[in-house]
Amino acid sequence: MLSTDDKKRLLQEMLFARRFEEACYQGAQERKIGGFVHLYPGQEACAHGVLEAARPGRDYAITGYRDHIHAIKCGADPKEVMAELFGKETGSSKGRGGSMHIFDVKHRFMGGYSLVGGPFPLATGIAKAIQLKGDDDISICFLGDASNNQGTFHESLNMASLWKLPVLYICENNLYGIGTRIDRSTSELEQYKRVAAYNIPSAQADGQDIETVYDAARIAVDHVRSGKGPYFLELMTYRFRGHSMSDSNAYREKSEEAEWAKRDPITILRDRLIESGDLKMDAYQALDKKIIAEIDDDIVKFAEDSPQPSVADLEKYVLADNDPYVSGGAS
Amino acid sequence: MATMMYWEAIRRAHDEEMANDPLVIAMGEDIGVVGGTYKATQGLYEKYGADRVMDTPISENSYTGLGIGASFIGVRPIIEIMSVNFAWLAMDQIFNSAAKVRYMSGGQLTAPIVIRSPGGTAHQLGAQHSARMEKVFMGIAGLRVVTPSSPKQAYGLLKSAVRCNDPVFINEHELMYNLKGEVPDEEFFHPLEGSDVVREGSDVTLFGYNISVHWALQAAEILSKQHGIEAEVIDLYSLSPLDREGIKRSVSKTHRAVVVEEAEAIVGVGSEVMAIINEECFFELDAPPVRVSAVHVPIPYNHALERAAIPDAKDVVTAVLASFGKP
Repeated sequence: MLSTDDKKRLLQEMLFARRFEEACYQGAQERKIGGFVHLYPGQEACAHGVLEAARPGRDYAITGYRDHIHAIKCGADPKEVMAELFGKETGSSKGRGGSMHIFDVKHRFMGGYSLVGGPFPLATGIAKAIQLKGDDDISICFLGDASNNQGTFHESLNMASLWKLPVLYICENNLYGIGTRIDRSTSELEQYKRVAAYNIPSAQADGQDIETVYDAARIAVDHVRSGKGPYFLELMTYRFRGHSMSDSNAYREKSEEAEWAKRDPITILRDRLIESGDLKMDAYQALDKKIIAEIDDDIVKFAEDSPQPSVADLEKYVLADNDPYVSGGAS
Repeated sequence: MATMMYWEAIRRAHDEEMANDPLVIAMGEDIGVVGGTYKATQGLYEKYGADRVMDTPISENSYTGLGIGASFIGVRPIIEIMSVNFAWLAMDQIFNSAAKVRYMSGGQLTAPIVIRSPGGTAHQLGAQHSARMEKVFMGIAGLRVVTPSSPKQAYGLLKSAVRCNDPVFINEHELMYNLKGEVPDEEFFHPLEGSDVVREGSDVTLFGYNISVHWALQAAEILSKQHGIEAEVIDLYSLSPLDREGIKRSVSKTHRAVVVEEAEAIVGVGSEVMAIINEECFFELDAPPVRVSAVHVPIPYNHALERAAIPDAKDVVTAVLASFGKP
């Protein structure tokens, strides 16, 4: 159960995530941010609710290209994430990764990857390493519904179940794979049912209500950490923007968007806290203003003012520096 | 100095590295209970157990990716892909994850995996079991590619590959596992970069790697005995990076170059070596460099057609003589 203080903090974190992503949108519109940018508004309760039930910064997390908020919830400095989007040397990945490749290994955020389904085996392998080392950490893999149509989903879940690996698969089902609605691409719409073939326990939960997400994730995390093997949790959610910045969203019915807009994870939690008397609307609005100011004056400014990587360092990070075994010098 | 077979040398390197570090593991199809299609992991399952000698399902892309993920946090997987033809299925994880993660994380993560896999044409295995893929791996930034021509190299290259912090692809050969050779009794680590002069000569340089080193050596003997031509033979055991200095040094001495490869010429090792010669020592050349390569066809099943598709020592001799203007 989340305490009132937890809920108020999570509301603040999700509001921050929303405003952060809106600043990314702005930065991309102004061409200060390049490449493909996949934004998270609408899905905030998924990353926040699941990681709240785990040990962010200590358990391993990995995801696809919609990765900014997962990194921040794991402990990444939002300034470094924004600087990465701006391609700066101070960015999480020193400007070499970009929006789709945020990494913060010291907080055990093992990266954003841009091949759909690519992280399934990586997360499963991290779990294999945890098992070999005998640690009580878990590996958490956040991906969308459409990645379940890749071979890596089936291959990885088969191995995770076979070897009882400590990996939690989170399916953020936002109903669309890029621009194709799930019923046009997928023969089984209920994703949590698809894992039954691998004898992996699973559940489906409302991904818009963070309390529901947290409760479902609590069960999932406890299962995986107790050594019982993998677990699959499907969270029903919706992205309020297009797949990426270049997406006009023309493939979605306006009526569908309007229905989901009523299920905004931030307003659901906010209104609940107001109703219970734990939050005042004017305090919420003041918080919002403060967050927007922090993002503009502090985070975006840091990214803008940071230095570009040096072109002289173009070939840095391709291979390890001065590895003794390259020259055989170790013997 | 003990004489052992190529597969025994690979097995010994596995055993020593697994004994040295409990986080070194072996993975692949049939490598555990069966002991490996080419016996490279024989007996290790019994010695180190199923958690460290993992019989994987036939899921090349995902077990390779699983090894990569494990390597992110300290595990050192030696991944066997039973035949290099199956490595095409693992290309996504090798190319998109292992080779790029260091760069795209700004140096935060690295994937210190070893992938071992035999390529080459063997005995009438047909088009889908006869690929030579080294050229594909050579084109990937962030991946090292080595290819042993002897048991000694097979042992020493695997030892270094396990400990190196980069992902390393080791290109083996289906016909070479029973090749015998001397391997030092004491532990040693073969360099992952460079090349070896395996025969000194003054008249022409023959560049080979893996099995084609042996064809080049056979050709060099024929050239010496029958034609009075002394060929230098260079073993390019590191295909990525290629040894620019070694290539330049030898061609600057012999002034002629023939590259011998089992793969097709197009976009291959020979093309790359010839480009390096052009860039490094063009004016040292007395004759245009030549490639001795496979015919650009899927490898046929029929034995005579199969042999016609790939080169041998005789083709090397013919190419060298042509370079000297002899019929």
